[in-house]
Amino acid sequence: MARAVSTRRTAAFTIAAWIVALIIFFPILYTIITSFKSETEAIQGFSLIPSGTVESYVDVQTQKDYFKPFMNSVILSVGSTLLALLISVPAAWSMAFSPTKKTKDVLMWMLSTKMMPAVAVLVPIYLIFRDFGLLDSRLGLTFMLTMINLPIVIWMLYTYFREIPGEILEAARMDGASLWGEIIYVLTPMAVPGIASTMLLNIILAWNEAFWTIRLTTTNAAPLTAFIASFSSPQGLFWAKLSAASTLAIAPILIMGWFSQKQLVRGLTFGAVK
Amino acid sequence: MGNITLRKVNKSFGATQVIPGIDLNIEDGEFVVFVGPSGCGKSTLLRLIAGLEDTTSGTIEIDGRDVTGAAPAKRGLAMVFQSYALYPHMSVRNNIAFPLKMAKLDHGAIDKKVTEAARVLNLTNYLDRRPGQLSGGQRQRVAIGRAIVREPSAFLFDEPLSNLDAALRGTMRLEISELHHQLQTTMIYVTHDQVEAMTMADKIVVLNAGNIEQVGSPLDLYHRPDNLFVAGFIGSPRMNFATGEFSRPYNAHTIGVRPEHLQLSTQSGTWRGVVGVAEHLGSDTFLHIHVEGIGLVTARVGGDFAVSHGDHVFLTPDEGRVHRFNDKGLAIR
Repeated sequence: MARAVSTRRTAAFTIAAWIVALIIFFPILYTIITSFKSETEAIQGFSLIPSGTVESYVDVQTQKDYFKPFMNSVILSVGSTLLALLISVPAAWSMAFSPTKKTKDVLMWMLSTKMMPAVAVLVPIYLIFRDFGLLDSRLGLTFMLTMINLPIVIWMLYTYFREIPGEILEAARMDGASLWGEIIYVLTPMAVPGIASTMLLNIILAWNEAFWTIRLTTTNAAPLTAFIASFSSPQGLFWAKLSAASTLAIAPILIMGWFSQKQLVRGLTFGAVK
Repeated sequence: MGNITLRKVNKSFGATQVIPGIDLNIEDGEFVVFVGPSGCGKSTLLRLIAGLEDTTSGTIEIDGRDVTGAAPAKRGLAMVFQSYALYPHMSVRNNIAFPLKMAKLDHGAIDKKVTEAARVLNLTNYLDRRPGQLSGGQRQRVAIGRAIVREPSAFLFDEPLSNLDAALRGTMRLEISELHHQLQTTMIYVTHDQVEAMTMADKIVVLNAGNIEQVGSPLDLYHRPDNLFVAGFIGSPRMNFATGEFSRPYNAHTIGVRPEHLQLSTQSGTWRGVVGVAEHLGSDTFLHIHVEGIGLVTARVGGDFAVSHGDHVFLTPDEGRVHRFNDKGLAIR
């Protein structure tokens, strides 16, 4: 009897999970559906069945170059992630393994910068970028994306590192490993699952970042977010083309996310299940 | 060589003083055990010697060289941790080879030393496994292997056997003692288990609240404890203590009698008591006897001593085996 109840409960939860997942995924699904409609179909109203035309994709390709913003997105997201790791591995190491009284405060302060609305610093950042000639440059944007995601990367790595027993690092120290030897040969290999999922998440965050990437670029360094935005502008609203551009922009990261979902989930629940 | 000298070593964590100031000399080749209850500072003291903690004041010398400020790796010591602290992502071979790789030895020399250590520790068949695939005892042997390949001037053991089951603990205790005889290298061993201390040590250092209570050979501490703490800590079961009218005939504030130094009789004796719980170990029986005015007294009798719960018995301390202490808890000799 108890078993029947629990089966029913499991079924209920499964259905609820599917409904929630569908609700979350629906905007993306509808974007993809709309991208296979003609412009007239797209403005006619709600419909889940597209005519299946690919004219929007052809239009998008002929109007704008997809490859360049795509490469920019790749360079910016991967570049900013690597740079963030370079800074955050030692930072998280020091906070996890030789904390001081102020460590918690520093961590909270870092997180608090994420609570500040980005638009509040738009003008000063814009001016700084202008004065240093960083506007519309990949270098400037890589740096910007690094700074934006650094608090999250440090927090995540800090959490993973905390799971690693300090005695193992002490053993490495006794065994003659230098500070960098300890980080490179012992800490990093042990933290690979954590570092990998942090990297994945950071790449996704950087790929999707649309506030700074749109405002600090024009053409040269513009990533896919700017590519999408450029379809929503002057000529009026072309839903199908906009959807096609969006689909093209999110496809790579969606595919990457799909293939690495196990790694991502494992990373995000690292502290919880061990 | 592995002569270690501590001079006025003091360690505080913030306002908390863990070790108020310790002077200690450890001779080359000695097996020294730091023993004491949890939180007595024995592990901290070991970590100070290892260099994993910085001393607040005082100096540490190894073979006459002041290493107080030296990094752990520069002290020529090897440590075996309670949790083994093996590198989980490396094979047994690489775990043992790690300190040699860090010392930048060439491949041939590393291979030779690893093979030799594996042979000594019976790990030859496990060299390509990961620590996760080994049993507790094997992991502990890998940790020891990683320590011996470095040929350190002294080994530091931080409660290395406390994660093992009782049977394995006994075996590993013998293996470590045997290793000490083979290598003749200084070993400092931290434990809260006085049986380990008694069976393995050349010299026991009894610690309490960061202070050294007594230093001596196991039998020295057993026969001639300096104070109540050492008397109570060394020996199993614990020494029985009595004060007042019981200690007055001995001219002492407190007297202590070990369970094995009490004669039992059902007819006559000095103290009269009622038998409580009897623990039968086969060879011995530990009787817990209620004696009015003292409380629970433990006596060790032969395995076949026939008494049962509620019986009246008489206890007589062996003359000459009674330990006397003054009102400060110090031994009167």
